Amino acid sequence: MSRSGTIETRPMLRHNKRVDDREQGACVIELDNVAYSYGGGELLTDISLKLAPGSFHFLTGPSGAGKTTFLRLCYGALIPTGGQVRLFGQDVREMDRDAVAVSRRRIGVVHQDCQFLDHLPLSENVSLPLIVSGRDRLEEQVNLKELLTWVGLRDRAKALPPELSGGERQRAALARAVIMSPDVILADEPTGNVDWEMSQRLLRLLVELNRMGKTIMIATHDLSLIRAAKSHVQARVLRISNRRLQLAGADL
Amino acid sequence: MALLAGDTGADRVVPPAGFTVRLTLFSAAAMALLVVFALALALASGRLAASWGEELARTSTIRISAPVDQMAGQTAAALRVLQTTPGVGRARALEPSEQRALLEPWFGPDLPLDTLPIPQLIEIIETGSGYDTQGLSLRLQAEVPGAVLDDHTRWRRPLVRAADALRWLGWGAILLIGGTMAAMITLAANAALAANAQVIAVLRLVGATDTYIARAFVRRFTLRAGLGAFVGMLLGLVLLILMPNPDAAGAVLTGLGFRGWHRALPFLVPPLAAAVAFAATRAAARRVLAGLT
Repeated sequence: MSRSGTIETRPMLRHNKRVDDREQGACVIELDNVAYSYGGGELLTDISLKLAPGSFHFLTGPSGAGKTTFLRLCYGALIPTGGQVRLFGQDVREMDRDAVAVSRRRIGVVHQDCQFLDHLPLSENVSLPLIVSGRDRLEEQVNLKELLTWVGLRDRAKALPPELSGGERQRAALARAVIMSPDVILADEPTGNVDWEMSQRLLRLLVELNRMGKTIMIATHDLSLIRAAKSHVQARVLRISNRRLQLAGADL
Repeated sequence: MALLAGDTGADRVVPPAGFTVRLTLFSAAAMALLVVFALALALASGRLAASWGEELARTSTIRISAPVDQMAGQTAAALRVLQTTPGVGRARALEPSEQRALLEPWFGPDLPLDTLPIPQLIEIIETGSGYDTQGLSLRLQAEVPGAVLDDHTRWRRPLVRAADALRWLGWGAILLIGGTMAAMITLAANAALAANAQVIAVLRLVGATDTYIARAFVRRFTLRAGLGAFVGMLLGLVLLILMPNPDAAGAVLTGLGFRGWHRALPFLVPPLAAAVAFAATRAAARRVLAGLT
């Protein structure tokens, strides 16, 4: 395993086990003519998308357009009513509940209103994915400290989630999403509850993760955030409108 | 037993000591106490049925009322009849002193028995197969006019049946209590799962399997039910020990309590309660989790 540059200080985020896949162009998440309808109406239709490893996507569209539904389809929380969703090459319809659970260890999810276990301190909440997947926690302790430093929450490690501010919660959720060194990070309005400066900080963290090879997808209606990102990273912008997914123009 | 050795991590992810968990503790204790009593009742009535059925029913008596001058002759005739009756193991006329001892509790020691026309009693001890009561009655009627066969089984049989019924009632009560406990723990587990919906959602999001999530709840309810049942069992045993001593109160009732190897039975209650809780919570958790994404 190579130890060099900035990665050296964050062994947690170091491993890039999907490098081979990236070279072969295999997709981490693949949607094929996906449709999703709630009870009566169809919310999404005819959506095809391939998320290549290491890509950076923004997902935008008016609120209620189905951004959250789209993300939930991407991590197996919803089963499409039409078409196919494949996570790491596996059709979600053929995955049992345990397979979905295991796939979430490779997909980090950050919600706008991120939830924690309110009775456990921040450090344990961040390492929760390790605990539930039965990984040895002692050897991860160092990584946990570095990760908390990276998101700027080292001093808050002992705090309980209800004591955290909105920005701190978002960063904690991000730390929790990346502690397993997932291949993909899906963020749903990660900057929805925080001020501009904090949203820039979160964006920088996500860009940094992308540079380490993570596939990133951020759902947001904040166009200025997208513009700010464009100077740092080559991002594609997807827009949901009229129930379909479109590639937005470069004019943003 | 991995359940007990335990992944303490799984236990910690569920918020500590919810209301439902305390209810589980209480109901398990109450149920275990009731089970101990029902068990004592079932075993005691079983003993009663067995002792009445086996020992007492094997004996019967013949009472001979006759004028004083015929008494000896009729007694001898009755004994002759008995000697030739199949199923009678032993028969003997009671001595006057024995008769006096039998009457003493009722009339006092100073009773002048000799001057009273006391009937002569003959004690019959049956063999294992028993004798034909009606046949013996008829023969005695023909040969010994003053003799009356007093068949204890006639009035004892319904008592034995009642004791038997009481025993089955006891076992039935134990089954019902077990079922009620399973129902209560299922309700408590469902309430706990509902109250911890956020915990479950978070765990699902970070990649916990159903088994892992269920284990946290199952472990907690199993341990609490076992602990509660242990406390209830101890309390039940203490209450049983504090009950009046049957020897002092009279030997007719054999008394509630445990004898011999039965003493080990109450200690099976906590593990069984834990097993019931384990099955009930696991089923509830599986059902709830299967409905989530």
